[in-house]
Amino acid sequence: MPKVTYILPDGSETTLDARDGDSVMETAVKNGVRGIVAECGGACACATCHVFVADEFADVVGGPGEVEDDMLDGAVTDRREHSRLSCQIKMCADFDGLRVTIAPKQV
Amino acid sequence: MTNKILIIGAGQAGMQIADSLREEGFTGSITMIGDESQLPYQRPPLSKAFLYGEADEESLEFRNQKFYADNNIELVLGDAVVNISTTENGGVATTASGKTIEFDRMALTPGSVPRKLEIAGSDLDGVLYMRSLADARKLKERWEAAKNVVVIGGGFIGLEVAAVATKAGKNVTVLEGADRMMARAVCPFTSEYFKNAHERRGAKITLNARISHFEGANGKVSGVALEDGSVIPAEIVMVGIGVLARTEVANLLGLELANGAILVDEFAQTSNPLVVAAGDAVMLPNPTGSEGLVRLESVQNAVDQAHVAAKTLLGKRESYHALPWFWSDQADIKLQIAGLSTGYDQTVVRGNPDEDSFSVLYYKNGRLIAVDAVNHVSDYMAVRKCLTNAQTIPADAAADSSVALKTLVTA
Ligand SMILES: Cc1cc2nc3c(=O)[nH]c(=O)nc-3n(C[C@H](O)[C@H](O)[C@H](O)COP(=O)(O)OP(=O)(O)OC[C@H]3O[C@@H](n4cnc5c(N)ncnc54)[C@H](O)[C@@H]3O)c2cc1C
Ligand code: FES
Repeated sequence: MPKVTYILPDGSETTLDARDGDSVMETAVKNGVRGIVAECGGACACATCHVFVADEFADVVGGPGEVEDDMLDGAVTDRREHSRLSCQIKMCADFDGLRVTIAPKQV
Repeated sequence: MTNKILIIGAGQAGMQIADSLREEGFTGSITMIGDESQLPYQRPPLSKAFLYGEADEESLEFRNQKFYADNNIELVLGDAVVNISTTENGGVATTASGKTIEFDRMALTPGSVPRKLEIAGSDLDGVLYMRSLADARKLKERWEAAKNVVVIGGGFIGLEVAAVATKAGKNVTVLEGADRMMARAVCPFTSEYFKNAHERRGAKITLNARISHFEGANGKVSGVALEDGSVIPAEIVMVGIGVLARTEVANLLGLELANGAILVDEFAQTSNPLVVAAGDAVMLPNPTGSEGLVRLESVQNAVDQAHVAAKTLLGKRESYHALPWFWSDQADIKLQIAGLSTGYDQTVVRGNPDEDSFSVLYYKNGRLIAVDAVNHVSDYMAVRKCLTNAQTIPADAAADSSVALKTLVTA
């Protein structure tokens, strides 16, 4: 199972094993990692699952799709270079070791 | 002193109350009881990703088993509260299986049930509803074999199922009793777009439909008969004609109702001081600050009202003010709504419905109050932010679709 590390707004870190194909959002929420709100449950309709992908993973993970890009424009924490909606990043072996920082404000 | 909290109804709102109680630092006992047997799960994907086969049952769960253990939330599943009484400082609930659960305070989040269509043949196999995972499984079991699908009711859930069915190459007919679709939620312009859009994708749509009865053979539905004598073949009939609040427990407690739903105030407090309620089953003061009571059947409302309810349970009073929002995914059409359009007196259309991308802005007394955005996320997000900040966008300027809405926001 690929691992993903969440860096919380207070600086603490949590590492979890992700089920292959589960999103970075689902993995966090199901395990009770706070900070990712994910009101719409992954439908790319709320922008409350905003994360910043660590620089070293930005290329392999890639940028947002078109809908996600427009949603990010309206996210409560202003977007940065490697902003993504975590419900749109599906975990796979290539992303093993992924590090994401949870945006400080989601709602 | 509140030590024992009971949550009746383990769905979107119940789950959120449990989570918010822990987030707020509550260390007493939390018991959440639900009459469905699976771990609490999300309903929206049932008529979307789950039906497409893109999401499995496990992926619908809000949290994994470990979360409930870690957070000391006792789950009682597959059991319903059938009896309950309260005194001045607490109460006791009895379940169908005979369990008794004592509590100091209680949250009622029972959701709703589909309104039933009671006509001849309505008990035939293949006449289905869509509220629960059990309902969705029934639909899926019959899905492959069905060539003809009739959807009764042109609301969000019906149209989502219709979209999945047309995409799967089935013959799809939507029968809507009113003269337009989604009439309660959107303006005639948006209704008209959705009719055309579903027709372009292969569905047949009949407005003002008058249904007589269901026809069947060997206990299975075979068609829907209309009052004009015609029969539309169907191996699956999906009935989506609205929902009714579940009020069994509320009635046992004698809680005050309004329009058949549990009446609460802006703190999610019911007429019983020990009991809060949230989600689909309640009637609440309009959270946008406008006059009157509303019923909101959406994830946003269940979640946001649950936060308020959890605080009330802990004696922290915070009134419910939020911008309602909603989404519906119908094949490649993404509808997003922010605000409540009730009482609008002007609309502005931006973009092009023929290209499946546009938005309708709703105004009342010259101020923006809501948006329907169809594959137009930038307008949706601009309005959402604008209304959250109690700002507006002048209608005349908004009419120019070439200008980005977010640049037009004013106080
Ligand atoms: C198919 C479908 C698609 C949807 N799509 C969207 C969408 O795209 N966007 C959106 O915003 N909303 C959508 N919704 C609406 C959204 O799911 C609901 O608004 C939300 O689930 C309401 O939460 P709730 O907690 O009030 O009720 P529920 O989630 O229904 O939870 C209530 C639970 O309480 C249980 N219960 C009731 N009485 C008792 C009792 N006496 N004892 C024990 N348990 C009891 C019920 O069985 C149920 O499990 C959709 C709903 C459905 C059905
Ligand atoms: S969970 Fe709603 S956009 Fe990601």
